[in-house]
Amino acid sequence: MTEDIPQMDDPLDIPCLKHGAMEGLKPFIAAPIHQEALGFPGELVPDWKERALEKMAEMAETNRAFQIYLDTCVKCGACTDKCHYFLGTGDPKNMPVARQDLLRSVYRRYFTFAGKYFPWLVGARDLTEDVLHEWYSYYHQCSECRRCSVFCPYGIDTAEITMAARDILAHVGIGQKYSNEIIGKVHAIGNNLGLPAKALGATLEDLEEDIEDETGVSVRIPVDEHGADILLVTPSADFFAEPHIDGLLGYAKVFHEAGVSWTVSSYASEAANFGLFIGNQDQMREVSLRIKKAAQDLGVKRIIFGECGHAWRVAYGFMNTLAGPFDFLDQNYPIPQHILEFTWDEIQKGTFTFDKSKNDHIRLTYHDSCNVARASRMGDEPGGQFEIPRNVIKAVCNNYFDMERDTTHESTLCCGGGGGLLTDDLMDLRVKGASPRMTALQQVTEDHGVTHMAAICAICKTQFSKVMPKYGYDMDSILSVHQLVSNAIILTGQEIDDAEDTND
Amino acid sequence: MAYEVNGTTVEHDEEGYITNLSEWTKELADVIAKAEDVEMDDERWEVVNFLREYYDEYQIAPAVRVLIKAVKKTMGPEKGNNKYMYELFPYGPAKQACKIAGLPKPTGCV
Repeated sequence: MTEDIPQMDDPLDIPCLKHGAMEGLKPFIAAPIHQEALGFPGELVPDWKERALEKMAEMAETNRAFQIYLDTCVKCGACTDKCHYFLGTGDPKNMPVARQDLLRSVYRRYFTFAGKYFPWLVGARDLTEDVLHEWYSYYHQCSECRRCSVFCPYGIDTAEITMAARDILAHVGIGQKYSNEIIGKVHAIGNNLGLPAKALGATLEDLEEDIEDETGVSVRIPVDEHGADILLVTPSADFFAEPHIDGLLGYAKVFHEAGVSWTVSSYASEAANFGLFIGNQDQMREVSLRIKKAAQDLGVKRIIFGECGHAWRVAYGFMNTLAGPFDFLDQNYPIPQHILEFTWDEIQKGTFTFDKSKNDHIRLTYHDSCNVARASRMGDEPGGQFEIPRNVIKAVCNNYFDMERDTTHESTLCCGGGGGLLTDDLMDLRVKGASPRMTALQQVTEDHGVTHMAAICAICKTQFSKVMPKYGYDMDSILSVHQLVSNAIILTGQEIDDAEDTND
Repeated sequence: MAYEVNGTTVEHDEEGYITNLSEWTKELADVIAKAEDVEMDDERWEVVNFLREYYDEYQIAPAVRVLIKAVKKTMGPEKGNNKYMYELFPYGPAKQACKIAGLPKPTGCV
């Protein structure tokens, strides 16, 4: 597949409109086996229209927000140029208001007085099979990052509309292969990767060896250890991919040096919860319940989440509602806690010794991951989700530079691969959707010589390692925040070799 | 969707991963590699064989780091690195090499 790389002078440059530029783009549709494993029909059901409208009626009745979001939009246009996919593709249907209207126009036809009797006056349209496929296409060109929602004067959460559309589609038999196959693996094996317990154990042993080779200190990465104080729930990419795995080494060193007992679980070896992406609460609940069961079975007192963006959103915002109560955990600690909160607390206590010069080969910037930035918090202060990662980075790294303020914090740009779009069949969209972020990165490279970018989300890390080479960076220019911690931390008893190469 | 090998057909999914893992043969690997624009040589076979052995034992492909460590042992440090793996398999050692090795695609945030 060849992608044309958008050229932008500024990350937020508004492109010339390209009508139909992304029309017909579709990720692979889930096979019957992947649909049925989640309780959805295997393929498009004969009475799809009735079922889709029933589902929409149910949503309007049971989810007040859904109805308000559909009724309230006044088409003011504040969101039009806020979507990275619109900026990167120029397709006007990727303006958030236009994308939402693909569903809103159908809602209006069947659920409003004007739409029922005078559809031509209010832009209401019939639900047809073509409309379903248009939904499937454009609702998989939204990463549910909610940047547009920040700018909506009515506070319409546009991601909710994408999620609703995907849920309706799955209910009539058109699910997305990538997300649904993965959720099935979580139910069957315990993680998105399909990593069985034996392989997990072998991988972690291998990593323990690596740490000992590097530092001369024996650092454990325990799995299924009953009676440990802390259950670490982290994306399975942390057991598999680069640079994720270097972050995992960082968590292990931090726990070791803090002297706490911890474990991962082979039953709940996944932080990610793709139930969020497909807009299905039953799936979200089932995935969340695995974490609760693992915590109870292992008898832990605390749950800490590793670097995963949407997992932290689900954990921080919904886990208690979905799977609570968590009254069996130690109430003196945040439930759940983020690994960065843990690390920052210990840094403030003076637990660690750092040699910041170990990161001197790096000139760094930080990408705020959308779900952490806009849907959660860290620590006790407002904005902690922005400050705590930066505080940790600055504690271990001498050369740090922020990107343009319009593209960070609550206004952060999506990496281009979130919300269930991190699949190879959407690579063209992913490359284009990354262009605003890549342009902001190029600016700090030009102004400050920035060489690397750190992130705290498994999706962001994978997405950037794939798309950064298209924008002139090496694939290993994307780093885990705890990888930087791992580079700089000097473990008690660690052999210090002045001549050692710190850049591996 | 199927590969043709010596007059027999082997089904694959939309992305070219074979659907029945037991149908893999060395000849098939050559056919898949050709479809991927990859020329199989000793180094690539080394990687493919390691992936298949690991899969036999663990029912999943190894982490890239584990693969690289194994390659380092057999082929030396100048080849045991991520960059060289991407030279061998431009679409990534995990995904593309797994496809050629007849193993399922690693899924998730990878």
